[in-house]
Amino acid sequence: MKLAYWMYAGPAHIGTLRVASSFKNVHAIMHAPLGDDYFNVMRSMLERERDFTPVTASIVDRHVLARGSQEKVIENITRKDKEENPDLIILTPTCTSSILQEDLQNFVNRAGLDSKSDVILADVNHYRVNELQAADRTLEQIIRFYLEKARSESNKPLRKTEKPSANILGIFTLGFHNQHDCRELRRLLTDLGIVINQILPEGGSVTNINELPKAWFNLIPYREVGLMAANYLQNEYDMPYVAVTPMGLLDTENCIREIVDIVKSSDTSYNFDFETYIDTQTRFISQAAWFSRSIDCQNLTGKKAVVFGDATHAASITKILAREMGIRVSCSGTYCKHDADWFREQVDGFCDEVLITDDHTQVADMIARIEPAAIFGTQMERHIGKRLDIPCGVISAPVHIQNFPLGFRPFLGYEGTNQISDLVYNSFTLGMEDHLLEIFGGHDTKEVITKSLSTDSDLAWAPEALTELQRIPGFVRGKIKRNTEKFAREKNCNLITLEIMFAAKEAVGA
Amino acid sequence: MTNSKLTETLTFECETGNYHTFCPISCVAWLYQKIEDSFFLVIGTKTCGYFLQNALGVMIFAEPRYAMAELEEADISAQLNDYKELKRLCLQIKQDRNPSVIVWIGTCTTEIIKMDLEGMAPRLEAEIQTPIVVARANGLDYAFTQGEDTVLAAMVQRCPSNAPEQNQIEKKSLVLFGSLPTNVATQLNLELERCGIQVAGWLPSQRYADLPVLNQNVYVCGINPFLSRTATTLMRRRKCKLISAPFPIGPDGTRAWLEKICSVFNVAPINLIERERLIWDSLEDYITLLRGKSVFFMGDNLLEISLARFLVRCGMIVYEIGIPYLDKRFQSAELQLLEKTCSEMNVAMPRIVEKPDNYNQIQRIRELQPDLAITGMAHANPLEARGINTKWSVEFTFAQIHGFTNARDILELVTRPLRRNKALENLGWNQLVKM
Repeated sequence: MKLAYWMYAGPAHIGTLRVASSFKNVHAIMHAPLGDDYFNVMRSMLERERDFTPVTASIVDRHVLARGSQEKVIENITRKDKEENPDLIILTPTCTSSILQEDLQNFVNRAGLDSKSDVILADVNHYRVNELQAADRTLEQIIRFYLEKARSESNKPLRKTEKPSANILGIFTLGFHNQHDCRELRRLLTDLGIVINQILPEGGSVTNINELPKAWFNLIPYREVGLMAANYLQNEYDMPYVAVTPMGLLDTENCIREIVDIVKSSDTSYNFDFETYIDTQTRFISQAAWFSRSIDCQNLTGKKAVVFGDATHAASITKILAREMGIRVSCSGTYCKHDADWFREQVDGFCDEVLITDDHTQVADMIARIEPAAIFGTQMERHIGKRLDIPCGVISAPVHIQNFPLGFRPFLGYEGTNQISDLVYNSFTLGMEDHLLEIFGGHDTKEVITKSLSTDSDLAWAPEALTELQRIPGFVRGKIKRNTEKFAREKNCNLITLEIMFAAKEAVGA
Repeated sequence: MTNSKLTETLTFECETGNYHTFCPISCVAWLYQKIEDSFFLVIGTKTCGYFLQNALGVMIFAEPRYAMAELEEADISAQLNDYKELKRLCLQIKQDRNPSVIVWIGTCTTEIIKMDLEGMAPRLEAEIQTPIVVARANGLDYAFTQGEDTVLAAMVQRCPSNAPEQNQIEKKSLVLFGSLPTNVATQLNLELERCGIQVAGWLPSQRYADLPVLNQNVYVCGINPFLSRTATTLMRRRKCKLISAPFPIGPDGTRAWLEKICSVFNVAPINLIERERLIWDSLEDYITLLRGKSVFFMGDNLLEISLARFLVRCGMIVYEIGIPYLDKRFQSAELQLLEKTCSEMNVAMPRIVEKPDNYNQIQRIRELQPDLAITGMAHANPLEARGINTKWSVEFTFAQIHGFTNARDILELVTRPLRRNKALENLGWNQLVKM
């Protein structure tokens, strides 16, 4: 057992449901107790979905516990088949139902006989994988199912499209800015003269999956979801894939170079002048390169930042801050523990330390210790930042409704670099404001609160020392308070007077 | 439905139970805030934790006094000793928070693996010297607000049976049960005081140490319709006498509730009718918006009968009252008042659908085109996109809706979609899905 207050990644079935409900005309049936269908609430509220989420529950109740599901699951599947005519029904076990050890595969086989739709059982272990791993697995499972089905029906090898073409795999519902990223990727590929064959799972149709191998290659924008499918397609259909996340100027360039390499190797007549394209986009279309060079950005030089999020976003943002903006990343971390090695390799050399954990208190303690000027993290880090009075830009899931903006806000591609620049710049206290606060001693007269998250101070402050402390600008006050207290403890003082305060400043430069 | 005939009695139906509601463990969200010195430990899986985290949104960041004891694979396969694991976590909680009581919330998983929480709790309680209350609030047996019912039923056992100092055993006293925000509880106390009745205590109390005295001289009365287990436990285990009354939701309900209590205590209520009338008068601006409009309850929190009764009194037509579970005995007074209200207002008796089927309900909503659907968040946006005004039912659980004082808050909620959409209706954007 583990004492847990909060988690970064959800349970496995959420990942399966996210993939299933992203496809058009696919229905998921959860084998779950009453109340486990809160996925529908999340999708309806966060994504502001206009349509009913195609997820229903086959309820596990007391009777099921006593007698087994018997015909119930099958009835629910065939009923849904008649009501909605989906192309595919995915039976999704939950952590509760998986302990019951009912033979769900048997239900699926039997329901498949009476249904017009295809029926499959999501193949994920609830106690071993999280939401993201399950999503990756489910996407691969669906693609594999339909390609194997197509292969068994005809032996004709698929011909590649005439023009260079790509599939984009891994765009799906409740993904962090996925809709916007998808639009930006479309634009990028179109600029390169590459046709989009299919985008999966978001808005995709399972009946078209058999045409997936017609594309020349696959583009996997996010590390978390799509790689399993890409590997399967590479092994079975000899399809190459590009897995460089085009986030930030340098990685967008790397991604384009890999794409062009693949295309050129199979079509020598493809003569897209990508050097000029990259150069124009970088220097003139995107504003990010110029922004980094502008004097405004000078103020960010060497400022400390902390990055935490999923593997894709945390790694990319770390690289952008360090390589493209000259910001010092004191710590970079991810909650994708299953992908820790990849993450370490990505951020190696771009940050002082790496933190791999899914325990938010460890992240909070790390931030409290480092006292960065800004945090780039998830909604949890935003809240940690609020308590510590440190600004935070949200760069990764888990997210809430604010992170599903209506306006166009991609993180990928050249427009993405603009968005990220704005986000980074607006997160730090603005340069001039910063100076003025320092010169005039701040405008903040709020009561001093300790910044430490768990320890209480056993030291008393003399009134005049406290008044002095109030005069110190808010954003460094906590730090000075703590350094002074540390100093006082070392000197065995119980009361902090003005003298002690000044002595501490002299001693530790507080 | 305007042409439908007036039926004489309420009709009861039961559907498939394929409906959306919150898991009953959500009760920790309001109970940990109500019982200030408690700590709620939900013993379940990631699924439970993710639900709490998502359903309760911001509260999680305020260092809540609740946590998950997240079961891992080794717990499920009994490679780890449940007792030792729980002891470790409870000691940690005791050290970090030092609560007066730890409430264990059993979940679906602890049911299925048959973890003997009730058996372990007394042993562990003796060992760590902190009371441990066990409530099985799981989705196998219960819906949403029924979670509170299971917790309160378990708390009943912990109430003292004799008053510590004064010997008031001979005198009959009144204890109210149901968790309300403190200011609402005070409002109801004051209403009863005006009638000359002192409330001896509340279950739950603000602090665990202040749980009320319960014995055969105590009259108990519920303030929420979902507390049937608690009522049963109070009667059977503590020999309390249950006052069966409509619930104090809406001015009509509040008056009926007060009158019933007064009649049991043999006091004549003073000025109640006048007080109710004044409240109704003050609601007139909202009621104007509601008169003649129709409403459809999809059902998910068991407040539906009381709310429907109040809305009928406001002049609305209720097409359907979906409800997860209906205890006809515990809600009998409320059902009678509903029936009476419908005939007095001369509207058709609504159909009451227990364990509804959301899919079928949506077909019915399509046919009936009600002016308002009261529904869970899973269906609200899709219905709005199809031109149906909706109000999220969950808000009625978290808003202050009891007593005379808060009647306006209920109507504030009910009329909000109507007021908002009135401002938008001439824009011609009511259908926002492609048909």
